[in-house]
Amino acid sequence: MLEAILLTVVTAATPLLLAAIGELVVEKSGVLNLGVEGMMVMGAVAGFAVTITTGSPFLGVLGGAVAGVLVSLIFAFVTLTLVANQVASGLALTLFGLGLSGLIGESFVGQPGIKLQSLYIPGLTDLPFVGKLLFGQDILVYLSFASVFGVSWFLNRTRGGLILRAVGDNHASAHALGYPVIGVRYLAVMFGGAMAGLGGAYMSVAYTPLWVENMTAGRGWIALALVVFASWLPWRAVFGAYLFGTVTVLQFHAQALGIGFPSQFLSMLPYLATIVVLVAISGNRRATLFNTPASLGKPFVPDR
Amino acid sequence: MKKLALLAGTALAFAIGAVSGAAAADKLKACWVYTGPIGDFGYSYQHDQGRLAVEKALGDKVETAYVENVTEGPDAERVFERFAREGCGIVFGTSFGFMDAELKVAKKFPDVKFEHATGYKSAPNMGLYNARFYEGRYILGQIAAKESKKALAGYIVSFPIPEVVMGINAFMLGAQSINPDFKVKIVWVNSWFDPGKEADAAKALFDQGADIIVQHTDSTAAIQVAEERGLKGFGQSSDMIKFAPKAQMTAIVDDWGPHYIKAVQAVLDGTWKADDVWEGIKDGTVHMAEYANMADDTKKLAEETQAKIVGGWNPFTGPIVDQDGKERYAAGVVAPDGDLLGMNWYVKGVDDKLPQ
Repeated sequence: MLEAILLTVVTAATPLLLAAIGELVVEKSGVLNLGVEGMMVMGAVAGFAVTITTGSPFLGVLGGAVAGVLVSLIFAFVTLTLVANQVASGLALTLFGLGLSGLIGESFVGQPGIKLQSLYIPGLTDLPFVGKLLFGQDILVYLSFASVFGVSWFLNRTRGGLILRAVGDNHASAHALGYPVIGVRYLAVMFGGAMAGLGGAYMSVAYTPLWVENMTAGRGWIALALVVFASWLPWRAVFGAYLFGTVTVLQFHAQALGIGFPSQFLSMLPYLATIVVLVAISGNRRATLFNTPASLGKPFVPDR
Repeated sequence: MKKLALLAGTALAFAIGAVSGAAAADKLKACWVYTGPIGDFGYSYQHDQGRLAVEKALGDKVETAYVENVTEGPDAERVFERFAREGCGIVFGTSFGFMDAELKVAKKFPDVKFEHATGYKSAPNMGLYNARFYEGRYILGQIAAKESKKALAGYIVSFPIPEVVMGINAFMLGAQSINPDFKVKIVWVNSWFDPGKEADAAKALFDQGADIIVQHTDSTAAIQVAEERGLKGFGQSSDMIKFAPKAQMTAIVDDWGPHYIKAVQAVLDGTWKADDVWEGIKDGTVHMAEYANMADDTKKLAEETQAKIVGGWNPFTGPIVDQDGKERYAAGVVAPDGDLLGMNWYVKGVDDKLPQ
């Protein structure tokens, strides 16, 4: 039973984690992209469409990432090159993504998808309890963890990460030092788009192999919240995504067991648990402020 | 976001109006207002299939128009009014939440005919229509009781409204008619539509021992989980057999086509009047997808029950005892429609508490 619950938690948490890690990097560069939901849903429709057309879920996943990047470029162009308001542009990106994905996906409604196969290593995957959990996931689950490692290492241990953080903390100084603020931010936004696209593709190719309009059902917003929850620390994002997934799955089990709590209260629990933990871990305000990118959401115009 | 969708919808209505303005005046224009996208492969999708059936059946005698993604509530009024002004002969409001807006517009345009789905307010030029989905759910209950090896079904539900409660009760009455000890585990996902949550709920129910899944939510996610696990389930709103060729035993399909054709034909003939129709399997509005993936005698039983319902028998025929052991309907008494439409109690054997 525990193994079954954990397996379900992994699928529930992975799309959130993928999108959150992407947005974390975007925000670390000082850009607030509220369009995660729009990029995710574009990733979902592209992932599904490519999978169905080519018959290959791998290509589908790739297609999801590409779609995410393409949509994020619109946002990057509008906010970085044209210096439009980031909040408004991000919201517009979400609306745009939801609409466009519905249009693209129209002919794919009602078609069964092809599911991304899980890994199978003879011997290892058959191990009791840990086998399926550790060695029997699909490739995106491993990728989500690899990206957490990668992002964590990049931000803290590389020169590139240092530049990105500098751009996010004080873009004027970074610019004065000769770093390409806009270029760095473009790359960060594209990375965020790719990860959100992967998260969306995970929904339509691995989680529930189907396409219907608006199928991400608000997960982009949860990913956005997780970034703040994680106070911009990659490992905390893992914790947040899995906490949220665990409580979501557990409340279904609680209902099925007939615990007798009102279901509305149980549906609320994942959010409640996340807020409670957020309050608990942000007790150290100095540390939280230290991690917050100081230029977050502020527009940057070079020669001013 | 919803506002924008409405704006888009209104703009679409404009566009349609502009196109149809050139059409011949002797054609009847029939118009539909949907609350969801027609791409939901569920509720609004099935209504749109009904619209297409009208086009197919009545050919060049009619032209049709629709607006999707219309927000329920006062905002819908503009869409109805636009349709009324544009010369629609009959307007169908397909969702419960359009009721007051549609009624208001109906009173303003006495010459235009209106029909509203699943509501209870009417006018001399506004009729009501609904479908007796519970008839199908009774059959699902019987199938589940015959086919489950554990006498336990998992039931995924959206919101505690009478329509859903009625469905759970009909399902249990059907199951108990085969096995009085049949049990059901109920999980509320508090959403009509969230494939991810529906899949998680299905997994939780299977993990807790259910081997058949029933759903009153819109997506195919739950039945796909059943397929993956080699277990069984039922489709909802649409025939989902493509998604679960080995798992779907049958599906309750909303087939609004027959009613829409009848209503539009009546307008053409000049015989339309504001009616209150609640049609079921007999009329073809509720359609059972092919019985598959079950034992032959289960299939035979399902077909017999279906024939009995077509013959006029109502699954809500007493004796019916509620959860607390109180007899609600004595032997032979049929629950009146009004009771069904306001149902807020469980029948005996349902192990769940209704939020009051």
